Amino acid sequence: MPVREGTYGLLAEFDSPSQLVRAADGAYQAGYRRMDCYTPYPVEEAAAAIGFHKNTVSLVCLIGGLLGLATMFGLETWISVWAFPLNIAGRPYFSWVAFAVPAYEWTILYAGLSAAFGMLFLNGLPQLYHPLFNAPNFRSGATTDKFFLCLESTDPKFDLTETRGFLDRYTPVSVVEVEY
Amino acid sequence: MATKDVPVNDPMLDPVTGEFAVIAPGHTFKSVTEEVSRIVLTPRTPLGWFFGFTLAGGFVLMLLVALAWLLVKGPGIWAVTIPVAWGFAIVNFVWWIGIGHAGTLISAILLLFKQGWRNSINRFAEAMTIFAVICAGMFPLIHVGRPWLGYWLLPYPNTMNVWPQFRSPLMWDCFAVSTYATISVVFWYIGMVPDLGTLRDRAQTRLGQYFYGMLAMGWRGSVRHWARYETASLLLAGLATPLVLSVHTVISFDFAVALLPGWHTTIFPPYFVAGAIYSGFAMVITLAIPIRKFYHLEDLVTLRHIDNMGKVMLATGLIVAYGYSTEVFMSYCYSASHWEYFMMWNRMFGPIGWSYWVLITCNIALPQLLWSRKLRRSVPFMFIMSLIVNTGMWFERFVIVITSLTRDYLPSSWGTYRATKWDYATFAGTLGLFTFLFFLFIRFLPMIPMSELRLMLPQAKVHKEAQPIAEAGD
Repeated sequence: MPVREGTYGLLAEFDSPSQLVRAADGAYQAGYRRMDCYTPYPVEEAAAAIGFHKNTVSLVCLIGGLLGLATMFGLETWISVWAFPLNIAGRPYFSWVAFAVPAYEWTILYAGLSAAFGMLFLNGLPQLYHPLFNAPNFRSGATTDKFFLCLESTDPKFDLTETRGFLDRYTPVSVVEVEY
Repeated sequence: MATKDVPVNDPMLDPVTGEFAVIAPGHTFKSVTEEVSRIVLTPRTPLGWFFGFTLAGGFVLMLLVALAWLLVKGPGIWAVTIPVAWGFAIVNFVWWIGIGHAGTLISAILLLFKQGWRNSINRFAEAMTIFAVICAGMFPLIHVGRPWLGYWLLPYPNTMNVWPQFRSPLMWDCFAVSTYATISVVFWYIGMVPDLGTLRDRAQTRLGQYFYGMLAMGWRGSVRHWARYETASLLLAGLATPLVLSVHTVISFDFAVALLPGWHTTIFPPYFVAGAIYSGFAMVITLAIPIRKFYHLEDLVTLRHIDNMGKVMLATGLIVAYGYSTEVFMSYCYSASHWEYFMMWNRMFGPIGWSYWVLITCNIALPQLLWSRKLRRSVPFMFIMSLIVNTGMWFERFVIVITSLTRDYLPSSWGTYRATKWDYATFAGTLGLFTFLFFLFIRFLPMIPMSELRLMLPQAKVHKEAQPIAEAGD
């Protein structure tokens, strides 16, 4: 990422999730789009308020699971039918019933790994540096008991004075300008 | 649940349902965070921790000695021979895997059933799963005799041009257990990421900030992240549920696919799974009771948890009892097979018949006391009961493995089994390893999920009713 300077955004701090949702809702209504909320536990209403309704983790998980199924079943079939056929008491080389068990396990393995790593990838994690960590009140609150709304400066509607005035209407505990 | 006989003014009791509160009233986001994170972030480690850690470490050393001697001399130092080729190694393997299952059950199945009370205990139950799987996974590996060739189980291209045989349940086991270990670790770690973020932000020392900062991967609690995170958690729970049922099912196939009397039965998969959950919950209680006492977590791990776990133990214990009675019915009354009939007679009244009666006493007779609500809410009673059930479940696997193997079809090939001191040392050593890892876990990682506790507090709900918005200039 290129080194950037200036303002990342304005960070408003709230005491309760209800205040946060109200402010996020208001900002979305007012036309802000580049924004995010930060909460110490999942607040679904806040995600809905900023227009984030669907995510693709389930799709990634499904694709991963099918891939796992196909991989293991294909491997078993190839090994038992072509690569190393063994006659075990006259049972068929293509014993699909027996192959189902490892294939089932690998479906779960691939699906689980895809869900976990897919979630991290879509979230852009690991990302050890983020401008928000520069805000003096962010780290003491966002993972403990405070609720934050950040309106980002890349939004076309963003204006330092106007946006600060807009946020102040929702009686936040504080509004902080966050530097890159 | 009855409401009449409970004191009205007890703040721990819900006035409507009479149930114990899951979290003691009066907690805030900050107080639950502090209560959990202080255990990890304190600069002063309690003396009792060092004591326990050292004691467990002693047993780990014993395990290392036992393993070293095993590698020098081979599995002959154990009592395994023909006809009992499985012995303690497989008894311990099945027992440990079973213990692990309760962790997955609490974290996955109870999550899907929206059982909010699980939240305080799921993290250390998951940790218990991982440590139990570590202990379990060791046994088949050292039991093969040349553990350094253990990778031969995996399908990989090699110069011998040999591939595994996928019709064998032992092969299925390899994939079931390795998948289980991997998914358990991922589920546990992903569940911990937000809490690691909390610890990163609350750590006072530079080292702590780096350590938890790296582990937290830059978690900042964005609601977009949370939304994907919640989806991933639900998916992992949904995947872990069929996984945990399949793992013990596959392990029971190791027995059920064999033709030995006492093993060759279709009741095995469900009754192995129920037994696994039974012993696992017992182990959760064994761990939870000293921990909540030692770290003063009675507010977060309440009597409600212990009571509920007692109920789960009672229910799974009855399923196990049904399994035992089915076995007796099949072999004495229904199978019309000499071998089955003799197997059951031998199991009850043979040379090691005492172990069967230990099993019945510990797993079926004594746990009936759990019907009493008063006893379920007695902490010392539940602790002792959990130890009894764990013992009973170990004997269940002992009975299944040993009695069927010592006396199968031909009297000329019968044998006996008497465990050696190395068998006992290895088993006690894994108990030590399990405790040792657990001590490390409670000292350095958050053992109660803080983000989930916050979600359970009444103030976590979003209230939609309109509050006046201050106009600019007000």
